[in-house]
This record gives sequence, structure tokens and C-alpha cells, in this order.
Amino acid sequence: MATVTVRYFASIRERLGRSEDHIDAAQAKSVADVWRLVAGEPLPANTLVAVNQEYARPESAVRAGDEVAFFPPVTGG
Amino acid sequence: MTIRVQREPFDPWGEVTAYQATRVETWGGKCGATAAFVGTMRDFNQGETVSAMTLEHYPGMTEGYLEKIRTEAMSRWNIVDALVIHRYGPLTPNEPIVLVAVWSSHRDDAFAACRYLIDELKTRAPFWKHEQTAGGERWVKPG
Repeated sequence: MATVTVRYFASIRERLGRSEDHIDAAQAKSVADVWRLVAGEPLPANTLVAVNQEYARPESAVRAGDEVAFFPPVTGG
Repeated sequence: MTIRVQREPFDPWGEVTAYQATRVETWGGKCGATAAFVGTMRDFNQGETVSAMTLEHYPGMTEGYLEKIRTEAMSRWNIVDALVIHRYGPLTPNEPIVLVAVWSSHRDDAFAACRYLIDELKTRAPFWKHEQTAGGERWVKPG
């Protein structure tokens, strides 16, 4: 099965109770699809997303082998 | 140009001095200005006393994002070199969290690039603060 790695950080990781999933790439065409698959709900408005460690958008395309990440607004520095 | 994301504590002023000492021959005599920003952990935040903090990051993307803003700063301003160091993991009050140091020929470029780097880092680099306060644990919300 061609997969997509899905990673979660900070409050999103805590809420889902896991830091990573591997999903079937055939089941998700976009970042928003990936979230619906792993969380069973629409993507919350203030969630930041990345594909292959670059900022992306909910409608960004997802392909087999990609790493998709979901995280809350950042608070470094 | 160096970017470091590390768990270990560091001495920002020692880092600035040491970095400059290793680069000064390469730079020649063209650095007339150094601007440095140091971010330090407070013992209060958003109305609560904070006793400790853990910084989470996204290994790989965090470094990649810092590289990206460094490249952007290089293209926008006339700077000679830059050093960015950021902690992750457990921290206690008064420990340095971040250093952004910029070397340039003149102060305007040094100040502007330093300001740009710390502002972009704070608003976009993937780091998350988790605080231990008198009222319990919490994820910090952007100010």
C-alpha cells in the first residue's frame, strides 16, 4: 500500500493521543481529506498544515510518500 | 551563516564572541555593526506565574524554516553573516531561549535583518511552548 505519513504536534498531538499515523494514499487527495480521515471531522479553522515540511493549505494536494503535518499556531522565540 | 536548534543550554554572549572570532578572518574588516536579540524565559506569562516550560518543535521543518528566513534576510539586506540558536526541551526562568545575531557593515541593515529574523521566527517557525503554571499545565497561545 502506498502511504502518506501524518504527523501531529503540540495540542493537536495531545488531543488525538498520538504523534503519527500512516494512511492509504488512495484515500486522500488533499490535506483537508487527510484530516477528515484521521480525525473524523472538518479541519478546525486555526490549524496550520505542512506538506513535506513546507507550509501548505487545506486544499494542497497530497501524494503517496508525502509527509503531512497538522499543528496549532506557533509560539517560539 | 549558522542555524542551531538544540536541547542544551547556551550562553548567548559567549556564542556571539566565539562565532565572531572564528569568522573574522573571512569577513576581513567589513563588519562595522553587530545586532543581537536574546529571548529569555520569563517567570510570568498571560497573568500566571510560570515555573517551567517545555518547548516542542518539528525536527527538520524548524531548521528548514529558519534557513528559509535567513536566505530571505540575505536577499533583502546587506548583511555579512548571521547566527541563530534556539532551544527546545525543558527550560526554567532566566534561561536564554533564542539568539539572533546579525553582522553587517552598517547598523541599519543589522537592526532591520535582526528584527525581521526574530519576528518571522516568532510568528512562523514551528515551536510550541508548554508551560507549568501555578494553575496547572497549558499550551501557550500566540500573544
